Amino acid sequence: MITQNETAVKNSQWFTACKVEDVVENGGVCVKYGNKQIALFYFTRRNEWYATQNECPHKKQMALSRGMIGTKNEEPKVACPFHKKTFSLVTGQCLSGDECSLKTYPVKVENGFVYIDVSQ
Amino acid sequence: MRIVVVGNGMVGYKFCEKLVGKNLPDLQITVFGEEQYPAYDRVHLSEFFSGKKADDLSLASRSWYQEKGIELHLGDPVQYIKPSVKLLHTFKGYIKHYDILILATGSSAFVPKIEGIEKDGVFLYRTIEDLHLIQSYAPKANKGTVIGGGLLGLEAAKALLDLGISNTHVIEFAPRLMPRQLDEVGSEMLMTTLAQLGLTIHTNTNTSRITGDDCITGLEFADGSSIETDILVVSAGIRPRGELAIDCGLETGMNGGIVVNSRMQTSDTSIYAIGECALYNEMIYGLVAPGYDMAEVVVSEICRMFDASAATKLFTGFDMSTKLKLVGTDVASFGDPFANGKNISNIVLKDTVKGVYKRINVSADGKYLLGGVLVGDASQYNMLLQTCRNKILLPPHPEDLVLPAREAQKEEGAGVQALPGDALICSCEGVSKDIICQSVTEHGCETVDAIKKCTKAGTGCGGCLPMVKDLMVYTMKQQGKYIRNVLCEHFNYSRQELFDLIKLHELKTYDAVLDQLGKGDGCEVCKPSVSSLLASLWNEMVLKKGNDTAQDSNDRFLANIQRGGTYSVVPRIPGGEITPEKLIVIGQVAQKYGLYTKITGGQRIDLFGAHVSDLPLIWSELTAAGFESGHAYGKALRTVKSCVGSTWCRFGLQDSVSFAIRVEERYRGVRAPHKIKSAVSGCIRECAEAQSKDFGIIATEKGWNLYVCGNGGSKPQHALLLATDLDDETCLRYIDRFLMFYIRTADPLTRTATWLNKMEGGIDYLRNVVVNDSLGMAAQWEQEMQALVDAYQCEWKTAIETPEIRKRFAHFINAPQEKDPTVQFETLRAQKKAANWK
Ligand SMILES: Cc1cc2nc3c(=O)[nH]c(=O)nc-3n(C[C@H](O)[C@H](O)[C@H](O)COP(=O)(O)OP(=O)(O)OC[C@H]3O[C@@H](n4cnc5c(N)ncnc54)[C@H](O)[C@@H]3O)c2cc1C
Ligand code: SF4
Ligand code: SF4
Ligand code: FES
Repeated sequence: MITQNETAVKNSQWFTACKVEDVVENGGVCVKYGNKQIALFYFTRRNEWYATQNECPHKKQMALSRGMIGTKNEEPKVACPFHKKTFSLVTGQCLSGDECSLKTYPVKVENGFVYIDVSQ
Repeated sequence: MRIVVVGNGMVGYKFCEKLVGKNLPDLQITVFGEEQYPAYDRVHLSEFFSGKKADDLSLASRSWYQEKGIELHLGDPVQYIKPSVKLLHTFKGYIKHYDILILATGSSAFVPKIEGIEKDGVFLYRTIEDLHLIQSYAPKANKGTVIGGGLLGLEAAKALLDLGISNTHVIEFAPRLMPRQLDEVGSEMLMTTLAQLGLTIHTNTNTSRITGDDCITGLEFADGSSIETDILVVSAGIRPRGELAIDCGLETGMNGGIVVNSRMQTSDTSIYAIGECALYNEMIYGLVAPGYDMAEVVVSEICRMFDASAATKLFTGFDMSTKLKLVGTDVASFGDPFANGKNISNIVLKDTVKGVYKRINVSADGKYLLGGVLVGDASQYNMLLQTCRNKILLPPHPEDLVLPAREAQKEEGAGVQALPGDALICSCEGVSKDIICQSVTEHGCETVDAIKKCTKAGTGCGGCLPMVKDLMVYTMKQQGKYIRNVLCEHFNYSRQELFDLIKLHELKTYDAVLDQLGKGDGCEVCKPSVSSLLASLWNEMVLKKGNDTAQDSNDRFLANIQRGGTYSVVPRIPGGEITPEKLIVIGQVAQKYGLYTKITGGQRIDLFGAHVSDLPLIWSELTAAGFESGHAYGKALRTVKSCVGSTWCRFGLQDSVSFAIRVEERYRGVRAPHKIKSAVSGCIRECAEAQSKDFGIIATEKGWNLYVCGNGGSKPQHALLLATDLDDETCLRYIDRFLMFYIRTADPLTRTATWLNKMEGGIDYLRNVVVNDSLGMAAQWEQEMQALVDAYQCEWKTAIETPEIRKRFAHFINAPQEKDPTVQFETLRAQKKAANWK
């Protein structure tokens, strides 16, 4: 089991997003949770999972799940396909010098299923 | 010390900027400006019409003045000065004492006394306010006129054209245009070019009356002739604004210029005058660079009042060389453009076909450049100006300086090393070569932007930026730093090095390349670059597992992402030829999936607004009807446009459509550092615009002429002739070699035009490589290209037939049938369009 955020153990509310094999390797998919859209990333090279809001704060495009992921000085990030602004997958902060940031969600994997904590 | 500045124009502002930079103690600076706006960039005033706002032109915001402790009063002209008691009165009733007074009142447009000049529809061209007035009047006008064929008049005329007044006349009193900058031949050449732009030019013409009731309707001339016009811009010269000086008894010269000495002092030692209102040595300097120089002189004077040992700087006149910005053709003059006589030789190049005229004046001993005129092509302006200003010894054949053929052989950046260290590179900001080189060696600036920030060079008119870049490259080269274009933090190789390494190690996936040649986990820069290299080398399906997420987002979904997150679909239509049956299929598909349709610039049809989950369905129908992917999403061959050629056109020499189809089908799907476009025209009339393409083919009596490295886009460039009268097979072989050479050696995201511009030796070198096989690579490249051609597959066909890949075309992973509910469309002309950015 891999968890991103050990502190969120309390009050967490795990939502079953999909199966592990549904998610592309080293890329992202979009998960529907009620009216929300969550971008879920499987950084296979690092064996890490991340989840953020799917909407890019720059021009409000539902697109981050289709962005390329990578690292900047070891910090995992995603680049929006529209104007290539990049955001940290860990903190959600914009790494291209803008003020905006992303909401991030804890992720865990159990028995081949991927869960996203939607409690906050 | 109380310093008061009258006038918040370009020079008045520059004075404030330079003065606060000195951090002198206890300065109280007050500025009075007549205009409503804080100082703005008058030099680029005309850009107001291309959409710039007053704010964009602003040199500094109001808060800048606040931060620097400068008291700024706008819209409050100074009304009179009392030098005996050192105070002044303003329009709004301020009374201000000064210790030092700076007059930076600039100049105003000269308004000749012509009967009727007060009518509506007659404007000046000097301030943002003037431009507002012109802009709101222009929609009523069909015919426009400018009085004055000088620098500013021509700029105003171009502005009228840009405002949509296509019938515009220029009236010049003198026998030629730009009489202060151009000789007769130069002026004639310029007139021809301007006539082609749509301007009608009348020289030797004296306006005697402006006709019309309240609004202008026409002009009458001294010779009895007349023209009709709905709008008139008067740009007949400038008059220094010396009215304050005259009223308070300062010495002024002809036309009201305020007389100053080389310290910019007026006849009252506490009052200085700078900029366009100052008359030095019986001359008004109507450009910004000398004005900035004057500001610097006064700042050094003030510094010396605090510290007598500070350096003295004197104004000693200024070179009035100019390059005109935007008449749609280049015009420049430098040094003494008219130098003539028995101790001087003139070298003249005149090409009436291209509309180019160049004249340089050389001293009799052939050693020094005295000045010259450039019309139609001023690309050598900076270099010539520097050679002239710095008295650099001329080469043995000074004609080389203006001859285009030899110029092509010059190396990039050649010449900058010959300049002396104190050569003034940026005259707006007074930055020398040494200062620029030092910013590289001592302050570690390694981009033009960093140099701009550090030295301010190039922040004025921007004309010196190419030279700043050359200096940067040259200095870095000298330090042995020269610029290895490594891809990003994950790969310490240039694109070309990676190409060779991937080939050598036969690597086939992004991860394999990263593991063997790179470090870390990749990013949005190296992923698409490496993916493009893999595709160029092996031409495997780009969405093969492992490579799919290393593709740029457009490649990953084999479609172009558009506003709102939907995609556009572009089926290939080779050569732009399509049967009615296929047209109907496109129409039906568009209807069924609710797509917006538009003809593209490349002779095919773009279908916009497809949901990601509809893409495989759309393509199933298109491939069933025989369509293939158009690769509009890839850095790959886009289209080969064609004209109808000899099959229908009465001028056609060859069957351009058939050849275009053959070319397009050969190179479809070949991935490259950037997109590639092509076209084939059936004769020299060039209806397919082949000379604006990466490679273009034009039919001749005997075969085909091949042009390469043209470009549309933001920096258009004509393609250059590579080879003539080729048969079909040779033409294709040359294109094979050309493309493989490009694919192998270009930096990422570099179009062929830029690639060629950076190539030492230019087109001659390229021709040697491609036509004469000087590198001995031709056979290998032809083979490699053939391998790519043989490996071609339609990516969309493979995608819809492979369940693993097809599955990826869903918006929600946990609700694959649902579409993105946030996608919104609006209606426009009976079709849909993406909703605007939020
Ligand atoms: C359309 C256009 C294009 C140009 N292109 C170029 C170019 O390509 N290259 C180049 O070098 N130069 C060019 N120039 C010239 C350049 O703009 C001037 O040389 C420069 O603006 C001079 O600066 P200045 O501060 O002396 O005068 P200005 O910029 O005219 O500023 C003077 C200011 O003082 C104010 N003022 C006057 N009297 C008073 C008073 N009594 N109280 C308070 N305020 C007062 C005026 O309203 C004005 O705002 C161009 C000019 C124009 C109009
Ligand atoms: S380029 Fe020549 S052949 Fe082609 S359409 Fe134009 S005139 Fe006809
Ligand atoms: S010119 Fe600009 S707006 Fe038009 S299609 Fe190209 S990128 Fe888009
Ligand atoms: S919308 Fe994401 S970067 Fe512009």
